[in-house]
Amino acid sequence: MTSTALRSRAWKLLETVTTPLLPSDYLDLVSPLRAGADLRGRIEAVHPETGDAATVVIRPGRGWRGHTAGQYVRIGVDVDGVRLWRAYSITSPTDRRDGRVTITVKAIPDGKVSNHLVRRAKPGTLIQLDQPTGDFVMPQAKPARVLYLTAGSGITPVMGMLRDTEFDDVVMVHCAPRPQDVIFRNELHDLAADKKLRLTEVHTDTDGTLDIARLDELVPDWAERETWACGPAGLLDAAEAHWTEHGVQQRLHTERFRPGIVVAGDGGEVTFSATGKTVDADGGTPLLDIGEEAGVLMPSGCRMGICFGCVTPLKAGAVRDLRTGEITEAEPGVLIQTCVSAAAGPCDIER
Amino acid sequence: MTAIDPTAHLTAEQIEELGRELDAIRDEVIAGRGEKDAAYIRKVISVQRKLELASRGVLLFSFFPPAWLIGTAGLSVAKIMDNMEIGHNVLHGQWDWMRDPKIHSTTWEWDHVSPSEQWKHSHNELHHTYTNVIGKDNDLGYGIMRVDEDQKWHPFHLGQPLWNFINACFFEYGIAAYDLELGKNLHKRRRKNPEFRARAKAVGRKIRRQVLKDYVIHPLLSGPSFLTTLAATFTANLVRNIWSHSVIMCGHFPEGVQVFERRSIKGETRGQWYLRQMMGSANISGSKAMHFMTGNLSHQIEHHLFPDLPSNRYAEVAVKVRALFEKYELEYVTGPLPRQVLSAWHKVFRLSLPNKKPKVETPDREQELVAA
Repeated sequence: MTSTALRSRAWKLLETVTTPLLPSDYLDLVSPLRAGADLRGRIEAVHPETGDAATVVIRPGRGWRGHTAGQYVRIGVDVDGVRLWRAYSITSPTDRRDGRVTITVKAIPDGKVSNHLVRRAKPGTLIQLDQPTGDFVMPQAKPARVLYLTAGSGITPVMGMLRDTEFDDVVMVHCAPRPQDVIFRNELHDLAADKKLRLTEVHTDTDGTLDIARLDELVPDWAERETWACGPAGLLDAAEAHWTEHGVQQRLHTERFRPGIVVAGDGGEVTFSATGKTVDADGGTPLLDIGEEAGVLMPSGCRMGICFGCVTPLKAGAVRDLRTGEITEAEPGVLIQTCVSAAAGPCDIER
Repeated sequence: MTAIDPTAHLTAEQIEELGRELDAIRDEVIAGRGEKDAAYIRKVISVQRKLELASRGVLLFSFFPPAWLIGTAGLSVAKIMDNMEIGHNVLHGQWDWMRDPKIHSTTWEWDHVSPSEQWKHSHNELHHTYTNVIGKDNDLGYGIMRVDEDQKWHPFHLGQPLWNFINACFFEYGIAAYDLELGKNLHKRRRKNPEFRARAKAVGRKIRRQVLKDYVIHPLLSGPSFLTTLAATFTANLVRNIWSHSVIMCGHFPEGVQVFERRSIKGETRGQWYLRQMMGSANISGSKAMHFMTGNLSHQIEHHLFPDLPSNRYAEVAVKVRALFEKYELEYVTGPLPRQVLSAWHKVFRLSLPNKKPKVETPDREQELVAA
C-alpha cells in the first residue's frame, strides 16, 4: 500500500473514532491555525493609523498561500456574536519575515465590521480567512513610470504595492479630507524625502474634490504612466472616462471596494436562481409562498418560523423578517427562513 | 382533554393580547442576542469535547476500577451535554443567527442514532407545531402509550409501564424508530416506499457508525481494557438515555398538562397557538446545574413558546413568562425533578388501565371564543 493510501485509511479510522464529529473538530480546540485546518488567522496587534483607521496585524494559519501586492483578503469576524465577512486590501509587503500580514481598516459610519476592527478588536482573537485574491496587481514586466491615484482608504492596496516593489519613477496623487486623515502619512513623507516617491496630497476639505482635469497640471505625463487607481466610485468613474477619452484606458487599473450597495425597500423582484424564475413580490408575503406560487420547489415545515425546515441561501439583495422587521442582507453563507421573510428590495433566493 | 377547560375564562381579545405580550418578550431577547451568548455556546461545546476526550482517555485504563468509574461518569455527562444543551438546541436553529457554519442547524450532527435531519422533521416541525394535539403530535405517548383519558383503551396498554421502561433504557433507538415512523411504515406496502427506504438506510448507517465507535473501536483501542470499556460505553449510553427520557417525560406528561383535539387547532391564531404551548408543557424547578444538564428543557414552557431562542436565555425569560401566567390566571405546571418524573410515571400506570369516559364533555374552545 502506498503511504497516501495508508494515510487515508488511518484518517478514515480516526473519523470512526470521533464520529459523528470529525477529527478536526477536536484538533481545532488545541491548534486552530495548524496545516490542514480551515483557514483562520489570529489578530496579534491593532495599531492606530489615524483617528478612524487602524492596521490589524494577523498571523495567518499554516494553510495561507501568500499574496501578491495589491490583492485583498476576505475575513470573517464575529461582531456581537455574528460572523460577518468583509474584504480588505493587504497592506503588508509579500516578504515580511515573520509571516504576518496586515490589513488597514478605515471605520466607515455605521460600518459594523470596520468599527469593530478599528475600535474594539482585541489581540488574540481568532478570525476566519479566505486565500488572498484580486487582480489589482503589478504586471510581470516592470513599468518604467507609475502613477498611483488614490483617495481615502483607497490607499491601502497601493500601500501594499509601495511597500513591496520599488520603481524608478513613481508619482502618487492622494486625496483625503485633511492632512491628519491621510493614512500612512509619515511613511509616505519618508518615502518622498528619500526620493522614492513624488507625492501630491489633495486635501478635499480645503481644496475641494479632485477635478480629474487637474491631473494635467499635477502630473503632466499622466497619460504615459501605468496607473493604479483606487478610491470612491466617483473618482474611479471620472478616471475611467478621462483615460478613455484620451485613448489610454489600457494603462488604467482600478479597484472598487463596494461593487453594489443593497438598498432595503419594501418588496421587489425575486429571482429563484436555481430554477431560473423571476417574480414580483410585495413586502408582506413570505418568500416561501412567493416561491410556491411561482411553482418553485421550496422546502417547508411549520410555516411559522419555528422549525427551521425552510432555510435557504440568500444569494443577493435583502429580506425583512416579518416578525421583527429585521433586515438581512445577502452575504456568502447567509441562510434565511423563507416562511417568515419577505423581499426587502430585489433579491435572489437559491432555489 | 380535561373535563374543564382551564382557559375558558379568557376572552378572544385577552388571548391575542397575551400573544402580543409574548411576542414582545421574544423580540427583546432577539434584539439583545450577542457576543455573550455566542461565547456561551462555544464554551459549552469546547467543554463537552474536552470532557469526552478526557473520559475516553481515562477509559483506556478502565480495567482499573476507579478509572472505570471516573471515565464512565465523565462520558455519561459528555453524552448528556451533547444531546441536551448542545444537540437539541443547535438543531432547533437557536444558534443559526451566529452564522457560524460549524454551529448551525443545517450542519450539526449529534452523538445519537437518529440522524439530525430526520429528528428535526419529527421534532421541530411536527411536535413543536402540533404540540399535544392528539393524532397530530406523536410525542404524546410516542405511539406506544395512552396518555389521556379520552384516548381509546386497548389491552396492549396494560403493558405500557413496561414499554415505557424499555423505551427509557434504549431511548435513542426509540427516537430513531419514532422519527422513521416505523410502526406506520412496517406495512408491506409502505416498506417499499423509496423515500422510506432511503430514510431507513440513513438510520442504519448512523447506527452502524455509532455502534462501531462505542462498542468496537473504543474498546479495541483500550486493549486489555476491552471489556471494561465496552461496559463503560454501554453504561454511559444507558445513563444518557434514562436521563433524557426522564427529562422529556417531564415536559408534557405530568398531571395538569393539557392535551388538545384536532378540531381545536383549526384556524388557530397566534395567541391561541401560544396559549396551547403554555397549557401543553410543564417545567422542572431546580438549580442552575440541573437546568444545564436538562439542556434547559427544564424550561420546557419557555422552550415551547420560543423554540428558537438561545437556551441560555430561557431562565431570564421564565420570570416574565411566569408573570404572564399569573396575570392571565393560568396554571404554570412545575416542580422538582423527582416529583415531576413520579407524576409522569403515575399517569403512565394509571392510564394503562381502562377508565370511564369523563362525565363532562370538553367545551369546544372555538365555540367558547365565539360566544365570548
